[in-house]
Amino acid sequence: MITLKNIKKVFHTKDGVVNAVDGVNLTINKGEIFGVIGYSGAGKSTLIRMLNMLEKPTDGSVDINGESLTGFNNKELRIARQNIGMIFQHFNLLWSRTVRENISFPLEISGINKKERIRRVDELIDLVGLSGRGDSYPSQLSGGQKQRVGIARALANNPDVLLCDEATSALDPKTTDSILSLLVDINKKLGLTIVLITHEMHVIRKICNRVAVMEEGRVVEEGPVLEVFKTPKRTITQDFVKQVTEPEETEETIQHLIQKEGHSQIVKLTFVGGTAERPLISDLIRKFEVDVNILQGKISQTRDGAYGTLFIQIDGQPETVKEAIHHIQQQEVEVEVITNVGISNTVS
Amino acid sequence: MLALATLFPNVDWEDMWEATLETLYMTGISVSATFLLGLILGLLLFLTERGNLWQNKPIQLIIAGFVNIFRSIPFIILIILLVPFTTLLVGTMLGANAALPALIIGAAPFYARMVEIALREIDKGVIEAAKSMGATDAQIIYKVLLPESLPALISGITVTAIALISYIAMAGVVGAGGLGTLAYLDGFQRNQNDVTFVATVIILIIVFIIQWIGDFFTQKTDKR
Repeated sequence: MITLKNIKKVFHTKDGVVNAVDGVNLTINKGEIFGVIGYSGAGKSTLIRMLNMLEKPTDGSVDINGESLTGFNNKELRIARQNIGMIFQHFNLLWSRTVRENISFPLEISGINKKERIRRVDELIDLVGLSGRGDSYPSQLSGGQKQRVGIARALANNPDVLLCDEATSALDPKTTDSILSLLVDINKKLGLTIVLITHEMHVIRKICNRVAVMEEGRVVEEGPVLEVFKTPKRTITQDFVKQVTEPEETEETIQHLIQKEGHSQIVKLTFVGGTAERPLISDLIRKFEVDVNILQGKISQTRDGAYGTLFIQIDGQPETVKEAIHHIQQQEVEVEVITNVGISNTVS
Repeated sequence: MLALATLFPNVDWEDMWEATLETLYMTGISVSATFLLGLILGLLLFLTERGNLWQNKPIQLIIAGFVNIFRSIPFIILIILLVPFTTLLVGTMLGANAALPALIIGAAPFYARMVEIALREIDKGVIEAAKSMGATDAQIIYKVLLPESLPALISGITVTAIALISYIAMAGVVGAGGLGTLAYLDGFQRNQNDVTFVATVIILIIVFIIQWIGDFFTQKTDKR
């Protein structure tokens, strides 16, 4: 569907040469929601802009539906862009136009006649849940409503691809969730391929099928979301995963308990998919002479299954504790014995 | 009418009316032409800037140079400098039509800068969004740049129109006609202060009306 081959973007600035995107290869399948996550300055904004040639790559090729955008002249590019919708962090609506007129804008550009435009705009207003607000101006709408207009506008010409440039970063958590559900909804309903960039792992967790992690212009890790949550390889990825799986105070709490010393062991369990729902703890207490103290736990739902982490403290005879940990390992649960925060020994 | 006649004994109301019409005529034509020319120059200034649609340094420098030079020349000197050009164009250097070239050349650069500032105020993201939809440059100009800057374009032309009315009065001193000429020849030179006074009041009324119309449309078009 979308293939990026070794694309690079070099900016020449006053402070020297910046390799904003430095040789990225990606394949994005038809109908999937693909997320690119990275901190600001990682090059993800430049990357997504090369998918519709708002930024021309310095090197490499971008293919969408087998057509190479990199080889297109301006006119061909304009027609290709009508097939690629885009939404933005700051919505970028025309304040001089009403909701209806904003949604109608791309239809005017592609030369659709007035009668057809009105019909299509009505359809889109319904689709994004803005019925009754058609004659409002953007200044009269909330952030979430503005982004809904943005989405309707991006979908007006029935594109195959929707690019989301930090589409929820300016919104509060609740509004973010409603916009994300809308995106999943249209992804299913219209079979649309969605590419989004974000710095929030929450967004990836909620709606993406696959994710790529970007750092300094390169993709450093890539894979199905659940996979990446289960076994994040790079430090940066682990940090992003922690954003959603571990509440901020976890580290402090655990550190505090370790310092208290004792025979007990602190163990981090990671559950994926079906195992997340098994009664492991009661099983443990029944089988071994140990006390189990639950410190902290969280189950996150991704699109392809649940992912959970649980911090427990196991107390008992050292031998029994060891056996107990061994038992957990045989249950398809990742086990990490924590001796010091930041330095943990994976037993499995 | 009798009261007016005793209050302003030297005012010939028919002359005053004719002069007012001449002033309005010069205002109408010069404001329209300044609006068009200034809009084109302002758009070119904006579009040829770095990072914009038609980024082009040489053209940017030429237009900016032209605008800066003609904006800096005091109007009364500009009229004199343009005498050969005006004579060539209109055939005479007297009368309302003869004043128009200098008025337009003096005011258009002034307005062009205001247009440029108005366009710069537009969020770059909106232009990017239009590009991402496959808009042509012409569509971006007509459907994004102009509508999105409309309130500023209107308030700009209001300010320019008022400056033009004072230019027109000045041009009156060197024979353009209108209220300026009347105030200068009949009022000042023949020492009839009531004529100068009435001409001034009429000019003030014109200015207030223009300001009011400008404010009205600026507010009406501003949906931010």
